[in-house]
Amino acid sequence: MQAYLKLDHIDKTFSRGNATTEVLKEINLTIDKGEYVSIIGHSGCGKSTLLNIVAGLTGTTNGCVLLENREVNSPGPDRAVVFQNHSLLPWLTVYENVRLGVDKVFARTKSRAERDAWVMHNLSLVQMAHARDKRPSEISGGMKQRVGIARALAMEPKVLLLDEPFGALDALTRAHLQDSVMALHQKLGNTILMITHDVDEAVLLSDRIVMMTNGPSARIGEVLEVPLARPRKRLELATNPAYLKCRQRVLEFLYERHSFVEAA
Amino acid sequence: MSMPAMKTEVTAVALPPAAHAAPVVTMTPKRPPRAETYTRMAKEAAVRVVPPLIVVALLLLVWELICRRAGSSLPPPSKVFKDTKELILDPFFDNGGIDKGLFWHLSASLQRVAYGYSLAAIAGIALGTLVGQSVWAMRGLDPLFQVLRTIPPLAWLPLSLAAFRDGQPSAIFVIFITSIWPIIINTAVGIRNIPQDYRNVAAVVQLNPLEFFTKIMIPAAAPYMFTGLRIGIGLSWLAIVAAEMLIGGVGIGFFIWDAWNSSHISEIILALFYVGIIGFVLDRLIAGLGKVVTRGTAAN
Repeated sequence: MQAYLKLDHIDKTFSRGNATTEVLKEINLTIDKGEYVSIIGHSGCGKSTLLNIVAGLTGTTNGCVLLENREVNSPGPDRAVVFQNHSLLPWLTVYENVRLGVDKVFARTKSRAERDAWVMHNLSLVQMAHARDKRPSEISGGMKQRVGIARALAMEPKVLLLDEPFGALDALTRAHLQDSVMALHQKLGNTILMITHDVDEAVLLSDRIVMMTNGPSARIGEVLEVPLARPRKRLELATNPAYLKCRQRVLEFLYERHSFVEAA
Repeated sequence: MSMPAMKTEVTAVALPPAAHAAPVVTMTPKRPPRAETYTRMAKEAAVRVVPPLIVVALLLLVWELICRRAGSSLPPPSKVFKDTKELILDPFFDNGGIDKGLFWHLSASLQRVAYGYSLAAIAGIALGTLVGQSVWAMRGLDPLFQVLRTIPPLAWLPLSLAAFRDGQPSAIFVIFITSIWPIIINTAVGIRNIPQDYRNVAAVVQLNPLEFFTKIMIPAAAPYMFTGLRIGIGLSWLAIVAAEMLIGGVGIGFFIWDAWNSSHISEIILALFYVGIIGFVLDRLIAGLGKVVTRGTAAN
């Protein structure tokens, strides 16, 4: 079977003047259609760089990203990103923020009325239809992130890229939003690549967890399959042995074998 | 914890006892009566208006006392009012030539400012965007701007008279060249400070350069642009009076110069009063426009 999304021998070095830092080394990863893959690692290990490479916002030094066997090296709506800090445009309303992407992606394929309906459909998927005329400054952090997700979903991406999407939220809102994303994944069957540093979040949401070693020259240390049936229920999993075992494996990787070394 | 609070609420609105069974308290915001609102608004207005009125009255009194004695070189306010009463009451007369009411002088000046300033706003925002967006443009143009912007407005006037051979375009050019620098510099800073996040969003959505300019750059940099525009309008109003003194014809600057030549000191004072008020109004106009346009952008 052909891989849907393939990261092929990716290296990334940043150079500033004479100093070069190798951030990522020999990253190989294939993701199937409909799969939910998380990338976890300590901060500074280059996982955000990796996501930016897949998004096309950062170029690779060696290697390439293949989506349905085609190389992708510039940003595009087929790999929509949900940014960590929501990145909604503050001068646009919730509706207009989502509409901006929809107007570009479906400029030829959808009529004006269809685009309007599609925006509202995506807003209601994340339960934000009621706030369509609010500006980002008037809604809470969790709501902003919901709109960010709606904006990405509305572009009908082949791969949805989540860059620590729940990092800036409080624990209760985060849990609520994780459930929403799980439900959306269940319903729409998107292919999702998520960056996270939260072990529970990774195990709860993903089909596979990619664990990164510490940088510089971070590489993929281990890939863990999460053998939990969907739909998953947060409360039931708390005592599920398979869940606990996965959690244990990730924790061991992060805190025993590749514990974080302070750069100073 | 919430029970006692709820009970007091219920008793306060004196619901029938049955309401205790279903403790749903509808809270309709109580609207204060009209008269009360008006008195409050009047009070707020008074707090703002009364102190400056008192200060102005005191200053007029001091001025009157100082300038009232015989042989004083400047007229006291009472004399200013007496001398200029006709000009104040009939600003619209037009006896041909330069013998016109103050309205015509002011409107001529405002027209020049409108032309020069509009050109400066368009060119300034365009150049500022270029300098903010392109490192090469910044390296090439910024030193030039830094030198040119220190040249006093009136120093440009002889050169522009030589180039245009006419007063009107020269005055407009002086306004243009005076007000363009703060617009360029502030726009450039605004463009340079557009968060990378917004650029990423634009890249993912694949906005083309024109869409990026209108949908991301202009709104994101608008607060900075309006800072520049506001400084610019102030400078152009400063420059027009001086420029008109030199080019002659119709205009408030020329009116002041003409009044000085005919020793009508009272008329000068009246004209200064108008210049000040209009400068203030122009500043507020741009500030207000900026507030409307950048609503939502500043607060994130």
